Amino acid sequence: MSKRIAVDPITRIEGHLRIEAQIEGGKITNAWSSSTAFRGIEAILKGRDPRDAHHFTQRFCGVCTTVHSMASIRAVEDALKIQIPDNARLIRNLIMGIQNVQDHVIHFYHLHALDWVDIVSALSADPAKTSQLAQSISDWPKSSTTYFKAVQGRIQAFVNTGRLGPFQNAYWGHSAYRLPAEANLMAVAHYLEALEWQKEVIKIHAILGSKNPHPQTFLVGGMAIPVDPDSQNALNADKIAYIGKLLKQARLFVEQVYIPDLLAVASFYKDWAAIGGGVGNYLSYGDFPMDNSGSVSSLYFPRGIIMGKDLANLMTVDESKITEYVTNSWYSYAGGDNKGLHPYDGETTPNYNGPKPPYEFLDTNGKYSWVKSPRYNDQPMEVGPLARILVAYVGGNPDVKGVVDFVLGKLGVGAGALFSTLGRTAARGVDALIMARKNEVWLQQLADNMGRGIYETFNKEKWDPATWPKEARGFGFHEAPRGALGHWIRIENQKIANYQAVVPSTWNAGPRDPKGQLGPYESALVGTPIADEQKPLEILRTIHSFDPCLACAVHVLDGQGTEIIRIKAL
Amino acid sequence: MNSEQIPEPISIPEEILQKWEAKGVSRRDFMKFCTAVTATLALPVSFIPQVAAAMDDQRLPVIWVEYQSCSGDSEAFLRANQPTAAEIILDVISLEYAEVVMAAAGHQAEQAKWAAMEKYKGKYLLIVEGSIPTGAGGAYCTVGGESAVDSAKKLIQNAAATITVGTCASFGGIPAAAPNPTGAVSVRELVPGAAIVNLPGCPVNAENLTATIVHFLTFGKLPAVDALGRPKFAYGKRIHDNCERRAHFDAGQYAEDFGDAAQRQGHCLYKLGCKGPETFHNCPTIRYNEGTSWPIMAGHGCIGCSEPGFWDTMTPFYRRLPQVPGFGIEATADKIGLGLVAATAAAFAAHGIASACRKGDAMESDKLKREE
Repeated sequence: MSKRIAVDPITRIEGHLRIEAQIEGGKITNAWSSSTAFRGIEAILKGRDPRDAHHFTQRFCGVCTTVHSMASIRAVEDALKIQIPDNARLIRNLIMGIQNVQDHVIHFYHLHALDWVDIVSALSADPAKTSQLAQSISDWPKSSTTYFKAVQGRIQAFVNTGRLGPFQNAYWGHSAYRLPAEANLMAVAHYLEALEWQKEVIKIHAILGSKNPHPQTFLVGGMAIPVDPDSQNALNADKIAYIGKLLKQARLFVEQVYIPDLLAVASFYKDWAAIGGGVGNYLSYGDFPMDNSGSVSSLYFPRGIIMGKDLANLMTVDESKITEYVTNSWYSYAGGDNKGLHPYDGETTPNYNGPKPPYEFLDTNGKYSWVKSPRYNDQPMEVGPLARILVAYVGGNPDVKGVVDFVLGKLGVGAGALFSTLGRTAARGVDALIMARKNEVWLQQLADNMGRGIYETFNKEKWDPATWPKEARGFGFHEAPRGALGHWIRIENQKIANYQAVVPSTWNAGPRDPKGQLGPYESALVGTPIADEQKPLEILRTIHSFDPCLACAVHVLDGQGTEIIRIKAL
Repeated sequence: MNSEQIPEPISIPEEILQKWEAKGVSRRDFMKFCTAVTATLALPVSFIPQVAAAMDDQRLPVIWVEYQSCSGDSEAFLRANQPTAAEIILDVISLEYAEVVMAAAGHQAEQAKWAAMEKYKGKYLLIVEGSIPTGAGGAYCTVGGESAVDSAKKLIQNAAATITVGTCASFGGIPAAAPNPTGAVSVRELVPGAAIVNLPGCPVNAENLTATIVHFLTFGKLPAVDALGRPKFAYGKRIHDNCERRAHFDAGQYAEDFGDAAQRQGHCLYKLGCKGPETFHNCPTIRYNEGTSWPIMAGHGCIGCSEPGFWDTMTPFYRRLPQVPGFGIEATADKIGLGLVAATAAAFAAHGIASACRKGDAMESDKLKREE
């Protein structure tokens, strides 16, 4: 018998996501992904100073903070043909690099781990055996029996209060949890350690960007953080050394805790290497320029596309083939909802015609989400660390190839295992490790520049809007932690005429298109086993493997030049 | 070492320290935490034992909800230091519902939220992140099929008190920026008259959130607030008045361009658009990420993110504050300040200092007048 369920809210993500699924014979036979919140920031951007845009767009998301600033300033710099100084490139790489590392670790331990790790089971673990397990997989020093005993004692004291707070009502004891008690205890200890670690290493954003979340030193044309070894108010030797210390702390945790834990947990869940594959098309914009040429070939992670899981055929990205559909989204297009529009020519008219809240189920035959459906050459594409790693692997990045082969070898699986829920989770770890190592190289290059007397961080040539052409347009790409991110801007008379972002979670979380092709979340859920439909643990596993970010995904664009009346409420 | 031999004017009772040690929190860390919180709350050190005792009480039930948010305030909370997020969740409060961290999803998550509301009616602290959209019959934001408007009203009306984290929940924030496409409102606008304390900032400074919670635990009430509902201990002073670069403003030393020698040397960022003169927040003293930095320290002007409507009133962000009403207010406030400085200076017979203080300011005003 077929049954319909709704999971709303999907927790341990950013934003408001709802999944509806049809279940038959213990498996998902159909699925619908819906975002249930809308803010309309792109409409708010119209008519404003393009140099301000990155402050607004950064507020798309506070989890993937920085990424929308990056894409925004790159779009404006592309439109106005601005080249940034080398120091700005390196500082941006460092900010983006540590964002990837920190974000992936938080995702693994705090957003995703509880899908695989049973906290309650950790209470029955033997701390001595946990210590043996930990020492057998890593050199991480916090691995004594005493240490794990203390962690267990702390959790036990918490449980004894009878008030489990955020851990109440969860799926503890679910048959899909498969780790031995000792592995659970080790993971819980690292959950707590990662919570401490993340707030330390992200101080790099405070040093380079003033604060985190929402760093504030991005500028169209460079960075506001000055570089000067002879000033106490700029990046100097002291601050470089501090960043170096934090980068090392970041790398050691990834090498000695995250990766060993990932491999240990994955080895118990290898069946998930055959679940959750989804659309099988992967898009990576590539990122981390190695020089200032602005060319695609300068990117450390290459740009490319893989279609139909065919690793033998890496294709180039043609930006003009990107369109967005609103057939199943709560918007309407003047030329009809079944036509796809390129970001430069997008339109916005919110058109909510779903059920009046409160509601039980959405009408998934019609419009059912605030997320649009982006397509590349009319195909749904998965984006994210898996896409980035696959494209780099096929593209011949030796660092990526080395780490991927190591991980596959450790798990004893072939490259085909990557097209799955587990593959997505593993690729995120690979990405974190590579970035954690690369960051230290960029810091050294920045220090070398300083040593040679190169202090420039900002190109002021086009700062004054009087120097701009009457009309300009451009786009900015970035490989954010969650994948391919693009911003498109049209500038007219020194103001934003149109702005649009097509973000990773729009690609992944979008609903069906006019051809009825499922979006990546929806597609990945079909076939997922469900042991207990009252406890949708397996849905969380696959959805979390994408690392959803819904505040990012929902946006609005405005193609018609409605003048915004600016309210000055002084 | 026998601690009795050293008389301490301020001491935390031994049994409290022992209780925390049993929970795995060292006495040193606990004392450090109580001291830091007491300082953030701008309380005298004699309150340290009271703060410590408040921590020892039954954990306060807290419900944290998100509406039109970016989760930046939840993330900020994860970066908290005194105490850390783990300590808060495990030891200080009982976090009954928080979408970003909770293990359960869907019905189980919803059930936890509403059960907590019923069980702790009138006793729980509500934390709201994000604005609430009133347009499209509430369909611009729903959780579990229910509109943000309906769910927020219930939760606010049944709470002992509500803390809004971030500028969106406090003042509407970015969704409410012109043209406010979704009819976004703040918590205060949604439920006028409710017991609310606003902690604006984009995002909220986690240390101010922690301090507000502890204030509530210590005194059983919310801290004193200004006309905008912001606690005075955190928003009582202008950024400009506590700014580490204020001396450069007074001396007329300004950065003219990003990356110029003056900016590298830490001169005043006023000409690059800094909104510190119109913004009330304790950024210069508390800073962010355990006191590591804050925007002006890192070379970028303040964007006024803790002020209502800043996305409209403070933009363009790189335009220096003009001589509009806002600047007038600023000048007036400065004159009051100058009066005090002059009086003090007179008392010390050092008139020269006061006049030097005004020089930079006057030069800058003249230049603006010429330009406009």
